[in-house]
Amino acid sequence: MSGTAPLPFDLLPPTERPYFDRLGPGLVAVLPPSRPGPGGWGRGGPPHGGAWVHVGEDGKARAFSGKVEVGQGTRTALSLIVAEELRLPLESVELTMGDTDLCPWDMGTFGSRSMPDAAEHLRKAGAAARSVLREMAADRFGVAVESVELADGRARVRGRDVASSMQYGDLVRGLRRVEVVSPSATPTPPSEWTRAGHAALDAGARDVVTGQRRYTSDLSVPGMLHGKILFPPTLGARLRKVDLSRAQAIPGVTAIHEGELIAVAAPDLLTALAARKAIRAEWESPAQPSESEIVAYLRAHPAEGEDFWDVVHHATGDVRAAFASAPISLRETYTTAYIAHVPLETHAVLASWDAGRLTVHVGTQTPFRARDALADAFGIPPSSVHVIVPPTGSGFGGKHAAELTRDVACLAKAAGRPVRVVFSREEEFTQAYFRPLAVVDIRSAMEKDGTITAWQFEVLNAGSAAASLPYRVPNQKIDNQPADSPLAQASYRALAASANNFARESHIDELAERVGADPVEFRLRQLADDRVAAVLRAVAERAGWVARPRPNRRGAGRGAGIAVGLEKGGRVATFAEVEVHEDRALELVRIVTGFECGAIVHPTNLRNQVEGAAVMALGGALFEAVHFEGGRILNPRLSEYRVPRFRDVPPIEVVLVDRRDLPSQGGGETPLIAVAPAIASAIYDATGSRLRSLPLTPFGTVP
Amino acid sequence: MPGNGNERRTGQEIRFRLNGVERSVPLRPDRNLLYVVREELGLTGTKYGCGEGECGACKVLVDGVATRACKTPIGEVAGRSVTTIEGLANGLDLHPVQRAFLEAGAFQCGFCTPGMIIAAVSLLQRVPAPNEAEVRAAMDGNLCRCGGYLRILEAVERASRLARSPSGRIR
Repeated sequence: MSGTAPLPFDLLPPTERPYFDRLGPGLVAVLPPSRPGPGGWGRGGPPHGGAWVHVGEDGKARAFSGKVEVGQGTRTALSLIVAEELRLPLESVELTMGDTDLCPWDMGTFGSRSMPDAAEHLRKAGAAARSVLREMAADRFGVAVESVELADGRARVRGRDVASSMQYGDLVRGLRRVEVVSPSATPTPPSEWTRAGHAALDAGARDVVTGQRRYTSDLSVPGMLHGKILFPPTLGARLRKVDLSRAQAIPGVTAIHEGELIAVAAPDLLTALAARKAIRAEWESPAQPSESEIVAYLRAHPAEGEDFWDVVHHATGDVRAAFASAPISLRETYTTAYIAHVPLETHAVLASWDAGRLTVHVGTQTPFRARDALADAFGIPPSSVHVIVPPTGSGFGGKHAAELTRDVACLAKAAGRPVRVVFSREEEFTQAYFRPLAVVDIRSAMEKDGTITAWQFEVLNAGSAAASLPYRVPNQKIDNQPADSPLAQASYRALAASANNFARESHIDELAERVGADPVEFRLRQLADDRVAAVLRAVAERAGWVARPRPNRRGAGRGAGIAVGLEKGGRVATFAEVEVHEDRALELVRIVTGFECGAIVHPTNLRNQVEGAAVMALGGALFEAVHFEGGRILNPRLSEYRVPRFRDVPPIEVVLVDRRDLPSQGGGETPLIAVAPAIASAIYDATGSRLRSLPLTPFGTVP
Repeated sequence: MPGNGNERRTGQEIRFRLNGVERSVPLRPDRNLLYVVREELGLTGTKYGCGEGECGACKVLVDGVATRACKTPIGEVAGRSVTTIEGLANGLDLHPVQRAFLEAGAFQCGFCTPGMIIAAVSLLQRVPAPNEAEVRAAMDGNLCRCGGYLRILEAVERASRLARSPSGRIR
């Protein structure tokens, strides 16, 4: 058995991990986990597995994070944090992410938590390591700690020349010291940052432009087989009978039927495809709701909450009384379609078994959850599972599920060889899950002067993110009702926030028009959050916003709209200008989008994130939608499911507000959420057509 | 019905140049260029994104022209010269388009980047100083799901200037 297999670091007490056996002699600073293992949310935020940093004899820092990099740029951002604390050049920091043998336990890379959590933990570990290095140098130099200065990987006595300095590698030579970081370790304040907060090129960029970066779908190991899974033909279809014999008759093919899994493995992909085709299976397909009746279906099928799909009920004041006495009231419904993540790299898994230990390479956003799921599925301890997350061709919340990982591991076990499975694009569309369809009912009341007095907000099937109101309204009732969705749905980049923000900001626009108020002024007057107001002002100014008490509604021509959002600690405002041509064809003229997420760690990457978020959001705003009928996805191909291309992208101006006085928050999600309402508002301004369903223009023209 | 790959051997071989090296592979009607390059010859820089020519992740140069490898039966490259992303750099010297993408930070997850670079190389060989509309039109068949299009436009513009600068540098 696996007597010699190393125990994953996170399963050992912080001071008893074999750091130096794995990483060589040196200094380790370790921040202990918030609790011994995975569990519920603690008082100080989500549970975390701590952080550790190793400074070795080569003078480099090796840092470890349970977060994963799927293209959102946190690898470089987190490395900058470590470089900053240790006063090292960025190239001298090696960050290992998402490797369950070496990295701190982590709940998963979602919810924009990498900056507020992982970066904060690494800052503390880095700061502690720096303080030990400084003390050691003071000892060596025979001076007081205060006289020691650390810079560019060297320690020296302040005022003395560089020749008398000492490299970190020499300071820690032969050392095997583990320093437990106190939670009160004091990292460098952002106002003093010299590396973090400044432009940086991504580590590994050269591998990307030369085609050397190896994603999971690029990996192969000796003896590896290629797997294919036979999926049910329609949603929820039940297997009547299956005959594997024709597949098994093909030389080199392993075909299995275990539980619900029917799969084949073969020496090459084409043989695997042929073997899958040779399986005879009969299925029974239950009736499924069609797209045209989906809203009514979801309303008729409420569900219990679970996980982050919590049922939320929030009420302040007395909405009923406020509605009864209000001079102006409005009631509208807003909807969003199911949309797909479409990561350019489809799901891929490589699984291999060695002496009872399972190693899985997979582009998952939840490696530790995958480890536990695999351990459960195979009845082995978590220490017998090793999950490694290679570079991943994007995720957007679409790479959380562990089922495929389990299936591939099962196939590899049966075949007795390593197996790799890479989804085809069609499998990606039909077997992954979607962003939930949302139905939002809003009822509001307002004084004649435009003061909003009551707000009743009910979101069905999407979740509660960004459902709370950033405006001052005395009487509020906010409810989130999960539903029994016929299509598989789960996490998505800014999932519920996109729907809830679209509904709320569209509704705010409608209220402003009722009282002849300018949409910017109307918002500024009632915003309860100064930081949102600051971003809105910055965007309005950059966009050259002209006060517009009445929309133009000429039927065609130019229109402008603006919207704000507050979610996951980030503040966003987006301006959109559109041109609606005589034939009702919609053209995006420009977007100006402003974002504030506290102290900016990696400005080049944040700009990429904000720009990319605007592009992704305009797909969902204008044309992306999953179509379905009778339990089948009708458009499971890129030729049928349209995602934004070069031709769709207008000039996008990004305004970043850097608040070095505030803690860093994530930037991958919130910049999406004000795009759709800004565009909808611009279309209304131009045409007088108020569109309350996403996508707004599925056929390219304003309906 | 496609059978086991081994049964489909025609016995014929086709020859083509791959990144400057003469290669010979069995001619099988069910193999496209993407499959041969990635699965049989182990060059994984060229990516699978959709299999229907919609995303451009699989683009390679065939006689200098950007071509979707997933839509190219292997027989079509007989006697021709194929360059993949791995064959663009001259030793340690990056191709100007590679340098421009690197310097402009024109990628997020990086999965579309090889296809983007190949498309840009092909364009710049034809039109050394394209305007933005020409770049957008020439690269519209390449998808970047991370939404990095504006950064990629910047990189192509930068590459155009790099390639035309005698010093190989731009201010």
